[in-house]
Amino acid sequence: MTHTSDLAPDLPPDLAPAHEALEEASFLRDTVRAFRRNRMAMVGLAFVVALVVCAVFAPWISPHDPYRVALDEQLLGPSRTYWLGTDNFGRDVLTRILYGARISLVVGIVPSLISLAIGAVMGILSGYLGGRTDFVVMRLADMMIAFPSLLLAMVVMYTLGANLLNIFLALALVGWASVARVVRSQTLALREKEFIEAARANGTSRSRIMFGHIFPNVIPTLIVLFSLSIPEAIMWESSLSFLGVGVQPPEASWGLLVAKGKEYMFQAPTVAIAPGIAILLTVLAFNFIGDGLRDALDPSMKD
Amino acid sequence: MADNILSVRGLTTEFSGGRGDVRVLDDLSFDVGRGRIVGLVGESGSGKSMTALSLMGLVPQPQGRVTARSILLDGTEISRLGPAGMRALRGRDIAMVFQEPMTSLNPVRKVWEQVGEPLAIHHGLGRRAIRARVLEMFEMVGIPDPKTRLDAYPHQLSGGLRQRAMIAMGLICEPKLLIADEPTTALDVTTQAQILRLMRELRDRVGTSIIMITHDLGIIAEMCDEVNVMYAGQIVEQADVFDLFEKPSHPYTRGLLASIPRATEPRAGRRMPSIPGMVPNLAKLPPGCRFSPRCAEAMPICRRPPDLATLDGGHVARCWLHAAPDTRPMGETA
Amino acid sequence: MLMFAVRRILVSIPVLIGITLILFVMLNVVPGDPIALMMKEHASPEVIARVREQMHLDDPMISRYFSFLWNAVQGDLGNSIKLNRPVTDLILKAFPNTLLLAVCAALVSWVVGIPAGILSAVRRDSFLDRFFMGFSLLGVSMPIFWSALLLQYVFAMKLKLLPVSGFYGWQYLVLPSIVLGWSSAGVIARLTRSSLLEVMRLDYIRTARAKGLRETGVITRHALKNALIPVVTIMAIQVAGLLSGAVITEAIFSIPGVGRITVSAISSRDMPLLQGAVLFATVLVILGNLVADILYSILDPRIRAQMRSEAS
Repeated sequence: MTHTSDLAPDLPPDLAPAHEALEEASFLRDTVRAFRRNRMAMVGLAFVVALVVCAVFAPWISPHDPYRVALDEQLLGPSRTYWLGTDNFGRDVLTRILYGARISLVVGIVPSLISLAIGAVMGILSGYLGGRTDFVVMRLADMMIAFPSLLLAMVVMYTLGANLLNIFLALALVGWASVARVVRSQTLALREKEFIEAARANGTSRSRIMFGHIFPNVIPTLIVLFSLSIPEAIMWESSLSFLGVGVQPPEASWGLLVAKGKEYMFQAPTVAIAPGIAILLTVLAFNFIGDGLRDALDPSMKD
Repeated sequence: MADNILSVRGLTTEFSGGRGDVRVLDDLSFDVGRGRIVGLVGESGSGKSMTALSLMGLVPQPQGRVTARSILLDGTEISRLGPAGMRALRGRDIAMVFQEPMTSLNPVRKVWEQVGEPLAIHHGLGRRAIRARVLEMFEMVGIPDPKTRLDAYPHQLSGGLRQRAMIAMGLICEPKLLIADEPTTALDVTTQAQILRLMRELRDRVGTSIIMITHDLGIIAEMCDEVNVMYAGQIVEQADVFDLFEKPSHPYTRGLLASIPRATEPRAGRRMPSIPGMVPNLAKLPPGCRFSPRCAEAMPICRRPPDLATLDGGHVARCWLHAAPDTRPMGETA
Repeated sequence: MLMFAVRRILVSIPVLIGITLILFVMLNVVPGDPIALMMKEHASPEVIARVREQMHLDDPMISRYFSFLWNAVQGDLGNSIKLNRPVTDLILKAFPNTLLLAVCAALVSWVVGIPAGILSAVRRDSFLDRFFMGFSLLGVSMPIFWSALLLQYVFAMKLKLLPVSGFYGWQYLVLPSIVLGWSSAGVIARLTRSSLLEVMRLDYIRTARAKGLRETGVITRHALKNALIPVVTIMAIQVAGLLSGAVITEAIFSIPGVGRITVSAISSRDMPLLQGAVLFATVLVILGNLVADILYSILDPRIRAQMRSEAS
């Protein structure tokens, strides 16, 4: 009871938490308002929502069977039946792109979540505990960052084999280090703040300070990092799949579709170009959302 | 008519922003006599620094807009000059010394290059000539061991030395007017006194006229010949420095004077008096006298805007207390 | 300066050792017998046993790691299984091609990115600014392999201005350099812009204006040097991005460089070659970071002074 009044001397102790809650609510409202004012971010959000709907309902809305082979209908140009034409097995390109959206979205989100979780824990531990923990974690992060990301991911895929689960692992391994660095520097700043010192003076345990007090304060940053790491993960997955060490046929990832389509660039350019546009638009949309979130949540992170 | 180096009439600066225009300077008129030190004093947010930037033509564009009925610099009208004309004046005829000597010098260029740059800009001098002149200036502003300091980088100098270098930079083209914006606020007390002494000496020796911007009435008392007290973008009192301390006429000035700590007074038990309340938001000014919400002597009439009223000599105050029927409201002939 | 460089190199040695360890462990825990996997059914058990013997695959991992490390220090990265030639030779033969590609791409990205960033900052919020920033966002959001295909399609297949792929002369470098340079041009343009805008807010810019300097003079003489410090350092760090990109670019344009070696090492499961190529690339990245730090200290006298006092 006593420590709240220390922190907010102008308020009666029983009012202080209510005051905090009020502030939190208005922070959220301001954020939402700032985000909604950003037109590009709203366009990005609309695109992503549409994409998620398409991905979830792909079996119902896609015009054809993604795996049906029709050798008499190979490499057709765009037509009324096949809006984006057919590939070398006579499969509908649009359908395959819609199914590919499932993989791209999952690949964008899951590894980002994993690397975010690892990065946040490592960053907070490193920043708050300092000393040897800090040294070890940061040297580990240095090493991860020194690996060219694509090569690191390729090595993981080589070792563990090319499948979706391993893509998650590879991308999480690539991504956590930079998250950890950002979270660490924020933790270092937060550590010196009065409310953390007050908690320390109260005898709050270290783990409670780290994950009960510091963690909530890095959440805005984590949200921004999350939204910006999704497009990155989508890019890496498509690159891996393009090089043949990612998603394996007959699954249809966008990168793989481009890779397969490039053989037929001359006869039917849409086969390779259309999935590339899908990647481009999705990555752009997530980048817009990420920029909008960053400006709304944490203007200091700008650029 | 006194021999004025600067004569400002009706200086008004407005900023256009998201919620309409804000008038940050409202109809300022004041003079700076040749070889005089004139103070601008007020709390932060009163518009002192904005006055300096407006005179220099350094108000951020395109949001800021500066207008004036007339600004005479040594008899020449400068208020109608375009950006190129103002640029030609800056550094040559009007120079400025800023508050933060730490950040006002470019960290990646040698001090002498920066101090001597106005000579290159305005007089097209070569490197050797500039270097020689900077050395002279360094000697004049009392930088010890000036030869070796020439090639120093800003971070290698102390705050006091940097401010001396800034003053050297300001005076290198022998300007008609030097504007010093809180030149000692960022320095420690001893250095503060040295810099102030230096500026006074330079005025006596070179005869530069100085506008001294500060929130510190102590500096005003020590340095200035005349004082303009600013509040919320307006001049509220204008007087000879002796008059001002002798007979402060605006309640705001009296409040400022009362909040100066005095060594003679017993400290025990009493908090230092300060003016209650805060400088108003310029976008939401109170009607009438801008100081009235904080004024202990506010009257019903204070809801109407007071004009500058002449007391005696050159002493004027913007307050209804002094607007007796026999005193004419002040116009532009102040 | 020399002291600083030496110290900085010493600091990166543990990182390098850690990386070799991670790399070695990752590549050597491959499930199944790598030799059998690679040679499939062509090899008799005796041949497999001999190769295993040659590669010391039956020794404990730790001793294999140390001999790998020791050999690597001496420049011996083992033999390629597929090509049966020293990995070091293969990499050194391919590296000049990768280096040429990377340098050309870097030049493209600077020549495009820095002026675009400066113009965007100077004409902030103008049409030009929006155009460049939109373009750079497009550059960052486009997968390299896809923009490569597009350019190939338009300039090589349709317009027949440039060769599609291969590596027989300067014309063959044009498209790959543009493809690889474009993506980092976007990053550099954005960084240049934000860094210049940041600097233009600082006090000493106001001082420069107060001297009567023209706006172009303010930018070229006072703002640019400070603003480009972070840009120059990112250029050196760019090495990592360029190497990742080179893997894809070389694969698409059939340029015989280190990137293509890496891809083919994976598809033929040539572990020593993959290990060597990745290690080589990582050393390049660390060198790039080293150069970045040293450049930083040369460009910024404050850091220089700080280092001098630390070193003494």
